[in-house]
Amino acid sequence: MKIREVVQLLNAKVISGHDYLEAEVEYTFASDLMSDVLTIEKENILLLTGLANLQTIRTSEMSEISNIVFVRKKKATPEMIQLAEENDMILIECDYSMFKASGLLYTAGLKPVY
Amino acid sequence: MNFEFNVEGGNFTKAGTASSQLKKILKQLNVDSKVIKRIVVALYEAEVNIVAHAYSGKVIIDISTDRIDMVLEDEGPGIPDISLAMQQGYSTASSAVREMGFGAGMGLPNMKNNCDELTITSEVGKGTIVKMAVCLNQN
Ligand SMILES: Nc1ncnc2c1ncn2[C@@H]1O[C@H](COP(=O)(O)OP(=O)(O)OP(=O)(O)O)[C@@H](O)[C@H]1O
Ligand SMILES: [Mg+2]
Repeated sequence: MKIREVVQLLNAKVISGHDYLEAEVEYTFASDLMSDVLTIEKENILLLTGLANLQTIRTSEMSEISNIVFVRKKKATPEMIQLAEENDMILIECDYSMFKASGLLYTAGLKPVY
Repeated sequence: MNFEFNVEGGNFTKAGTASSQLKKILKQLNVDSKVIKRIVVALYEAEVNIVAHAYSGKVIIDISTDRIDMVLEDEGPGIPDISLAMQQGYSTASSAVREMGFGAGMGLPNMKNNCDELTITSEVGKGTIVKMAVCLNQN
């Protein structure tokens, strides 16, 4: 699925990475636990999280995750946006809960990691 | 090729800067991207452990043609029982660390999973030394 479709589906707002909306994602991982995100071995992942801090971006950088959706109106700080831009990442903010966002993406065909 | 980075205990905004710089270096050296990921995930886990559990530390990196050696030395409380600490789910992380998205007791097992060699030595009340090595040419 293209990021553009994810944004539409979640009625969401792109905060960083406007140039990469044609990028494809295959899997979604929904977690606030960065320890867990660091164990993922799959590629083309969309991370859904309610944890909006600098370590969310750092963890994604190390895990080769370029696509992050912050659920439940969590906002990315300017430092987070800067680090995301340095790493060519897409940051998306959405109002929906983790449950609703996960359900919509699952139904639309994104695969689970485990 | 040698590099050294300092790590500040407790400072989560800086956690990962060594791993981030190493990632850029390895990319420039054209190391395979899957191997890079294993290396930087292991180093990041170790770096975050110093930030989360120790007072200060340093990372010493040695890159040769076929392997990378990473040594993390910290001043901190040390680990009383290393085999217990290696168990999945064992964590003494503070609530502040958990709020940052860490402290699930998954870091040391994940380091072991991503490294070809891992040795940990520790002295209670003094500090911990983590040595990791990864082969650069794996197919
Ligand atoms: N450098 C260190 N200094 C002192 N204690 C440490 C150090 N590294 C690890 N430990 C101890 O080992 C435990 C397990 O470490 P591990 O990295 O597996 O989990 P964690 O850091 O608690 O959580 P996670 O890695 O999932 O965020 C820690 O909770 C801590 O008690
Ligand atoms: Mg850890």
